[in-house]
Amino acid sequence: MTMMSDRQQLSYIASQAADARLNVELETEGMTLNIGPQHPATHGTLRIIARLDGEQVIWAEPSAGYMHRGYEKLTEVRTFPQVTTLINRIDWLGSFANEVPFILAAEKLMDIEAPPRAQVIRTILFELSRIANVSLFLGDLGVQMGAVTPVFLAFRDREYVLNLIEGATGGRFHPNFDRIGGLKDDLPKGWIDETKQVMKKLIGFCDENESLLFGNEIFQSRMRGIGVIPAEIAKEYGLSGANLRASGVDYDLRRDQDIALSYDLCDWKVWTHPDGDSWARCWVRLQETRESCKIVLQLLDQIPAGPVMTKVPRIIKVPEGEAYVSTENPLGEMGYYVVSKGDLGPFRVKIRSASFSNMSIASWVLKGVYVPDIVTILSSLYFILGDIDR
Amino acid sequence: MAPLSDDTQSAVATEDDAPLALPGDGVREAVVDDLRNRIGDALIDSHIVPNDDLTVRVSTESWAATGAALKAAGFTFFSWLSAIDWMPSPYGKGEDDPTVEKEPIDMTIKQGVCGGDTRFQVLARLTDLNRHVGITIKADVDDDTPVVDSWTGSFAGANWHERECHEMFGIGFNNHPDLRNMYLPTDFEGHPLRKDFPLLARMVKPWPGIVDVEPMPEKAEEIADEPLPVTDEAGRIDPVATEELTGEPPSDPDLTMADAAATGDEATEVGAADAGADSEHSDAGSDDADAAADADADADDTPESSEPAATHDDAPESAADPLDVAEGASTADADPQEEAGS
Repeated sequence: MTMMSDRQQLSYIASQAADARLNVELETEGMTLNIGPQHPATHGTLRIIARLDGEQVIWAEPSAGYMHRGYEKLTEVRTFPQVTTLINRIDWLGSFANEVPFILAAEKLMDIEAPPRAQVIRTILFELSRIANVSLFLGDLGVQMGAVTPVFLAFRDREYVLNLIEGATGGRFHPNFDRIGGLKDDLPKGWIDETKQVMKKLIGFCDENESLLFGNEIFQSRMRGIGVIPAEIAKEYGLSGANLRASGVDYDLRRDQDIALSYDLCDWKVWTHPDGDSWARCWVRLQETRESCKIVLQLLDQIPAGPVMTKVPRIIKVPEGEAYVSTENPLGEMGYYVVSKGDLGPFRVKIRSASFSNMSIASWVLKGVYVPDIVTILSSLYFILGDIDR
Repeated sequence: MAPLSDDTQSAVATEDDAPLALPGDGVREAVVDDLRNRIGDALIDSHIVPNDDLTVRVSTESWAATGAALKAAGFTFFSWLSAIDWMPSPYGKGEDDPTVEKEPIDMTIKQGVCGGDTRFQVLARLTDLNRHVGITIKADVDDDTPVVDSWTGSFAGANWHERECHEMFGIGFNNHPDLRNMYLPTDFEGHPLRKDFPLLARMVKPWPGIVDVEPMPEKAEEIADEPLPVTDEAGRIDPVATEELTGEPPSDPDLTMADAAATGDEATEVGAADAGADSEHSDAGSDDADAAADADADADDTPESSEPAATHDDAPESAADPLDVAEGASTADADPQEEAGS
């Protein structure tokens, strides 16, 4: 707690005060507010139960499970190549990014590596799915505060990215394109030029979004100093991705681990923000979308020649072992703990999804806030229900 | 593009401040030594994958103490907590080939990296954000009283992970503030991620899995037994003679000799197409299962029926694609709601 800014400290004190009030004034006749499971701020079906004292939340608890699909159990009766179909549907806005850590874990157990060309294309598609995912977040932000225009811009520009993903993989939302040992196919003709143009459009979208939203007075007053999460608390709850970096923690799995993706080929920045409030989380995401566009633009010029698939046996048996591989997905750290017993399919797969941990802080951060802030805080934490419920 | 000026100043792009420093083996060895100093004999085993990963196993009693010790040692980022059931599934794998005699399942419990003595183990993952080292911690869970201490004292984020672990594996956590179900209904019976919890969807309907792209065995047999159409020198099919032989007119009078060549492989491929078309209309319920069982009994006598398995092994690289078709069908058991969310 030593590194807190004044604003963080004030908010922390406020939440402590709310704690105290909960203990002292438990007799007060409050009100229980039920949000969801179909609220537009929830990207799925999350229910939030909040107990109010006047207009202040004294206790809030998200209730997940409306969409639980049991993927960890289902992976145990699938072969390794079949698992990608399931995990595509965890974070459905950035599906390709879900496949990558699992494939990397399987490759690690088999002790093979994708050819350089496949690695670069993987990285490009990974970043494209991040752009598709986060651009929707940037548009959706305004809707929570009654600004309807940005969401149309977001849907318009996301469409370009989805078309690119569809052009390369054949699937708009669920590409299922990553294979153990490489990729299913090479890029289609003309795709690289098309992508360059779209990336320039998307950088324009970020500028547009910034001038529309981030400078807006209402937006700032609804976001600044609201929902502050200090760095220590963020780490303890396992917050990851932009949520962690917005609390001033400089950690990015794209940069900070040795992984078979091509981020070291290009020049890019990891953005952090010291404030840890809702505004910081949104701002970091905006910067990251820009960085992603830059990464893609640089990588498009560096795709090496060669095959996109290394030699793998036709029937894939993964040797006995355990591996944990995580990557910096659009929502945060996503990882798979894969246990293989030398069979066609995994023995156990633990799916570490980002939103699960990101949402577990909700009851902490919502304590002491006012009712209208619930929606903006949840929206800035950015979660996708498929990523919580798996 | 001009971001708001005050924020660009307060925000820090720390690319230069924190150069890419990936830890070598020395760092991980130091972590293990440090942990041994902190918890002593409670550290049972450790396993280092050079320049990659670190796993340690600690005693059940010191499970919570290890979390606190590692937090003090710099592992402040809580990644996840879960468990594993090392018992092999008594139901086998869903994608087993129905034409192959089921081998008895070896029910020996064999633990993974760093060993173990019990059926269940709890796992947790922590990360040191400064040194960029991750560590996986394991501990045995007693078979009779599957209860360990909660990590919520050290890491508040363990709350949800332990709730999930509790409902999925039936492992209890001492001192947990609120061990309610995370996903499942309150009155749900059983612990789904235990290996002896049957996946009912697989029990009532066998998963086609890898054999789906091959012709069903009984179809392949029928095709092989069918008399071939009678043809003239030019390869044209003689409809009258064919009808006399087979009892029905040939379906495609333009079929050439080459198309209908009597090699076993091609006959099987025709069978594959037919079987695919037919199976769309048939209910893949108990009827199919019975038929498969019958074909199974005959499989040893007829060489043709063993063809499907052989062709699969020898199939070219593109054989991976039909697998995808099979995967596509599997999405039927995924929740339709997820599409709506996009």
